[in-house]
Amino acid sequence: MTATQTRAETTPQETGPGSPAISLQGIVKKFGDFTAVRSLDLDIGRGEFFSLLGPSGSGKTTVLRLIAGFETPSGGSVRLGGRDVTSSPPFDRSVNTVFQDYALFPHMSVFQNVEYGLKLRRLPKAQRRREVEQALETIRLPHVADRLPSQLSGGQRQRVALARALVLKPEVLLLDEPLGALDKQLREQMQIELKEIQRRVGITFVFVTHDQEEALTLSDRVAVFNEGVVEQIGTPEDLYERPATRFVASFLGTTNLIEGALAERLTGRPDLHSVRPEHIRLLPLDRQPAPGTHGVAATVREVVYTGPATRYAVETDDGEVLIALAGNDGPTPAATRGDRVRLEWDRRFTYAV
Amino acid sequence: MNRQAVITPPSVRSAASDGPAARRSGALSRWLYSRPRVRLGALLVLPLAWLGVLYIGSLLLLFATAFWRVDTFTSKVQPAFTLDNFVRLATEPAYQATALRTIGISLAVTLLCAAVALPLGLYMAKVASRRVRTLLAIGIALPLWAGYLVKVYSWRISFTTGGPLDWLLRPFGLDAPGYGTGALVVTLAYLWFPFMAVPVYSALRQIPENLFEASSDLGGRSWATVRHVALPLLKPALIAGSIFTFSLSLGDYIAAQFVGGKTQVIGTVIASNINLNPPLAAAFSMVPLAVVVLYLLAARRSGALKHF
Repeated sequence: MTATQTRAETTPQETGPGSPAISLQGIVKKFGDFTAVRSLDLDIGRGEFFSLLGPSGSGKTTVLRLIAGFETPSGGSVRLGGRDVTSSPPFDRSVNTVFQDYALFPHMSVFQNVEYGLKLRRLPKAQRRREVEQALETIRLPHVADRLPSQLSGGQRQRVALARALVLKPEVLLLDEPLGALDKQLREQMQIELKEIQRRVGITFVFVTHDQEEALTLSDRVAVFNEGVVEQIGTPEDLYERPATRFVASFLGTTNLIEGALAERLTGRPDLHSVRPEHIRLLPLDRQPAPGTHGVAATVREVVYTGPATRYAVETDDGEVLIALAGNDGPTPAATRGDRVRLEWDRRFTYAV
Repeated sequence: MNRQAVITPPSVRSAASDGPAARRSGALSRWLYSRPRVRLGALLVLPLAWLGVLYIGSLLLLFATAFWRVDTFTSKVQPAFTLDNFVRLATEPAYQATALRTIGISLAVTLLCAAVALPLGLYMAKVASRRVRTLLAIGIALPLWAGYLVKVYSWRISFTTGGPLDWLLRPFGLDAPGYGTGALVVTLAYLWFPFMAVPVYSALRQIPENLFEASSDLGGRSWATVRHVALPLLKPALIAGSIFTFSLSLGDYIAAQFVGGKTQVIGTVIASNINLNPPLAAAFSMVPLAVVVLYLLAARRSGALKHF
């Protein structure tokens, strides 16, 4: 993809390299009585792999469609590379989309699908052929050029949709749950491939997903959506280790939420706190508390072996059930049902949320 | 077929079939069950008789009649084998012109139907609210429930001198076209419009919304999207619709009599010969038949009939 790299270096940037690739200001989107997005401000940098994460109906896809131009915001503005495109149609935006179910044209061959955008730009035939071939090379599917989309597997369709969007060398690529329809193994393989491609072409990727693991794996930064509001924006580590709200803490991975009496006993404050299961150690009840830790006595209620780790449901003496996750690397198991144990974790792993 | 639905388990059978009648019908079922050919024959005897005897049989009779002749003195039809009728049709300019005119009218009707059905279908499938869509769908289907003569007669009134069309056009300094080929095309297009609009609309409904979005995302403005995405995907529906509009127009003669003025079509020529010279009428009716067969073959080549 040398051509793309050269292009990225030589593209005249309309308002200088300082302006973010995408800038949403005060975005509101209503559908009738339903408010899908309420007052959203979001800047996405150039070359960033940015994910919009949230459950279905949280407004993440609406934001993607507002950036693509399929929807017009009820309020606020959309800027791409510094240029106001709030009311521009999709065909006037340097943004391309990979659709959830790929939206490949069923009557066109793979080659024609990828060629479509170039044809509309009236590029000469020889150049079109060259660029399509190059794009199919990038997704490692040069041999399917003459097939119809119906003759491809799910993973192949997904890659063709990617090539069709990338061939136009957009400044921003939007991906609407592009891996949702693939099985687990293929999805993991495609995640690595997507990340590789993004690094190679160096453009901004905006990735919509409801799969928190996928968002954490792929993204430079993630915005967590809930009911039309962004709960938190940050790096995967930020979100996982330092969740800002109860929703973020519980949506990303499993967590133990502690509040009230137990929280007050541990931290001195009855506010809501979060402790990740993998940080909790199960120790013999008579073990002396280590310095700088939180600890609590508990009874093991359930032991679930999950392969690399074992999950314990333990009940503290206050009747709170916590989940602890222990790697299966020592002599197994660390505890069995009914055992009395001491739960312990470093103080730094107790977050107020 | 579900085996259990046909064969009753022995325990149930003894309990359910008390009387001898029930036992007998059970025996018939068993007898039939082991003879699939008899079952198939019983299933198909009626439709096959209808198709074979009434439809193909009468067509064959018509075909045979085309080679007969009329005795010039007695005006009686005599069985014979002569190609005279066909020679007359092929050599007399009036017949040639009528055949070509009819084909031209049928094509014009088809194009007119498609030209109206496309934007209407696009609007219904992609823009209109559910309520408006339902109303329009009823609107399209409504003429199908009205009597043929009622519809044709109302068009006759519309086109009459001093009629509604005249009244509408006069302020623009125009005269209504009156009865003639134009009025005939409009009337036929109206009559057969549902046959084009329904397949076009349902095909448009089946095109996923995101194909249109993808096209505009890749740089396609409305017209490019219609031309490169909608039209190719509608081709089967357009061809299916055109088979109806074309062949129905080809065979119609009543509309031509009501609003066609002096315009002669194949149908009117056949109608006026049906008593005077049945063999000639039979021969002439082979023309639309042949044209429709050719049209169907062309449609099949295009791949549009794959789903039938």
